Amino acid sequence: MNNNLVAGLDVGSRSIELVVLEGGQLVDWARLPTTFDPLAQCQRLLKNLKARKLVATGYGRKLMQEKVTDREVITVTEIQAYALGAGQVCPEARTVLDIGGQDTKVIALDAEGRVTKFEMNDRCAAGTGKFLEFMAAALQIPLEEFGAFARQGDRRIQISSMCTVFAESEATSLMARGESAANIALGLHLAMVQRTAAMIRRVGGRVPLLFAGGVAHNPCVRALLEESLGHGLFVPPEPDLVGAWGAALYGRKKC
Amino acid sequence: MPTPYDEMWEKLNLDLEAHEGLLTVLGKFYGDIYLSQEGRLQGTEYLDFVLSEVHGLRIKELQDAKAAGRKVIGAFCVFVPEELVLAADAVCVGLCAGAEVGSEAAEQVLPRNTCALIKSFVGFKLARLCPFIESCDLVVGETTCDGKKKAYEIFADYAPVYVMEIPQMKNACDRDLWKAEMLRFKAKIEEVTGQAITAVKLKEAIKLVNARRRMLRRLNRLRAAVPVPISGRDVLLVNQISFYDDPVRFTKKIDELCDELEAKVISGQGVAPLDAPRLMLSGCPMAVPNWKVPYIIESSGAVVVGEESCIGARNTRDLVDEGAETLDAMLDALVDRYMKIDCACFTPNAERLDHIVAMARDLQVAGVIHYGLSFCQPYAIESFKVGKALEAAKIPMLAIETDYSMEDVGQLKTRVEAFLEMVR
Ligand code: SF4
Ligand code: SF4
Repeated sequence: MNNNLVAGLDVGSRSIELVVLEGGQLVDWARLPTTFDPLAQCQRLLKNLKARKLVATGYGRKLMQEKVTDREVITVTEIQAYALGAGQVCPEARTVLDIGGQDTKVIALDAEGRVTKFEMNDRCAAGTGKFLEFMAAALQIPLEEFGAFARQGDRRIQISSMCTVFAESEATSLMARGESAANIALGLHLAMVQRTAAMIRRVGGRVPLLFAGGVAHNPCVRALLEESLGHGLFVPPEPDLVGAWGAALYGRKKC
Repeated sequence: MPTPYDEMWEKLNLDLEAHEGLLTVLGKFYGDIYLSQEGRLQGTEYLDFVLSEVHGLRIKELQDAKAAGRKVIGAFCVFVPEELVLAADAVCVGLCAGAEVGSEAAEQVLPRNTCALIKSFVGFKLARLCPFIESCDLVVGETTCDGKKKAYEIFADYAPVYVMEIPQMKNACDRDLWKAEMLRFKAKIEEVTGQAITAVKLKEAIKLVNARRRMLRRLNRLRAAVPVPISGRDVLLVNQISFYDDPVRFTKKIDELCDELEAKVISGQGVAPLDAPRLMLSGCPMAVPNWKVPYIIESSGAVVVGEESCIGARNTRDLVDEGAETLDAMLDALVDRYMKIDCACFTPNAERLDHIVAMARDLQVAGVIHYGLSFCQPYAIESFKVGKALEAAKIPMLAIETDYSMEDVGQLKTRVEAFLEMVR
């Protein structure tokens, strides 16, 4: 075990990210899918980890605190972790948007990077990564390609329902009417972006805006969001690592 | 397991099996949320006892009162003037509606998107689970929100319902309406009980209910000390119990609890660490056994120091003027006191915003958690204005919307913890 290392672990509903810092510098990172056994996946990530101090965040953070006994584990919420991570990857950011597998959050930051307000979706999956995942599966497009596929759409159709279940039946009836799959995909992205933009406006929507979380990889969500907000977004090279990074930074602060 | 009360419950036509299930769940829930607390006051034994006998001894008392010719009147809202009930020598019980158990039954007659509180009281009745409802000679409803107003029409098919019309605004003509409703209610109570409400009896009742309100205010003053001497959960429970225990006994027991609390405050003993964030709850009422959100808050390291809600400060803030001597003057005093209630069903409702800000300042809270039940429009819509008023006062607020189910506990915990990280 090494006392100079601090690790951050973001246990999300879809993937688990690990970030290791030494003296504030990123020295290692890794990612695994969450699967149905998040604990086993975490243990795989932690197997050769030398950091004595681990900060867990994400919906599985409490599980880590209960089950990991070979080192010190503290927890921090995703909100705080993303705020701290944002301070690292884009210190000017005043708003952080994170769209993950199961929730969407928007965080307003002050000039010092402190959280002043936040919004999270409630229990339904509308507007989260899960929504896209579900719809991609319904249209039989691999999730990673779903955004690029949607960008091929040439007509903007309105999908009025944001409920995952109803949106699917809306998509099915559009298909039955002969609408192209790309246009339907585009419509689904539009619906999601409209909802996200409203959430951003509710917390003030100050710029620069940092877009983090797995859905930030999706080019269609990015483009439509820029269009809807009327300004650019900052997307870090590894948007899914921001939470784990922030968690590790939290551990450094608490040392 | 047979209990000494089985026969009584059977007579009340409860579904014995389902009822036993309810008591088991309630007991477990109570154990987890209440009995697990450390450093609780001695006086909370009374709370434990009352709660453990909520469907037992207290119901037995109601049956005995009924056998002696007294009537039992149930109410769901703090607008129902309890003083008139007591002045007619009847027993007044606040019906709870804080549990999810009957909601499946309720959904047979109510839309799914009805607030949990309404579903709960209808469900309790349809599933034959509540010995209080079954003991009532009259259940008093009111025209507050649309959900309750319409649900009483359905409820009336199953229970003896009487509905009071509550005004929606606070102009002179609204006060006239409320006065007329007060008189109509007085006549109804006299009819049901066969007792005339006299000035002497009403005066006594006014004093009795005021004494209980004063005691709860004493409790609220003491609980606000630094460090906080009693958990917010326990104070919520005291407020909940105030609705169904005998008012004389309740006031005496809470007096004892307050004495103990006072000693703790003087010696500077707290139940939470000095740096635990102090929070205030505001919004929809939390009826027994709805302890979910206070538990989430307090198990995340904060402590609740005030409840701006009907099961809380709204019910105790105003007293009825005790100076009136004639029956008519007393009725006017009642009308005036009840017209001050700042429920979100009123429009406009600026007093509530002022009360929230003043209360948050007085209690020196780090933040306010606005609690709304899903599908409750009055409080959900008003939470926007509450947020603005608190923002202007530089007091952070977190608005949460939930119901009685447990499936969103993880998400709520994340939100509450993030809010605490923010206000610390
Ligand atoms: S919130 Fe309004 S309707 Fe509900 S109990 Fe209170 S006064 Fe009555
Ligand atoms: S919580 Fe809201 S919707 Fe439910 S009964 Fe009370 S006022 Fe009506």
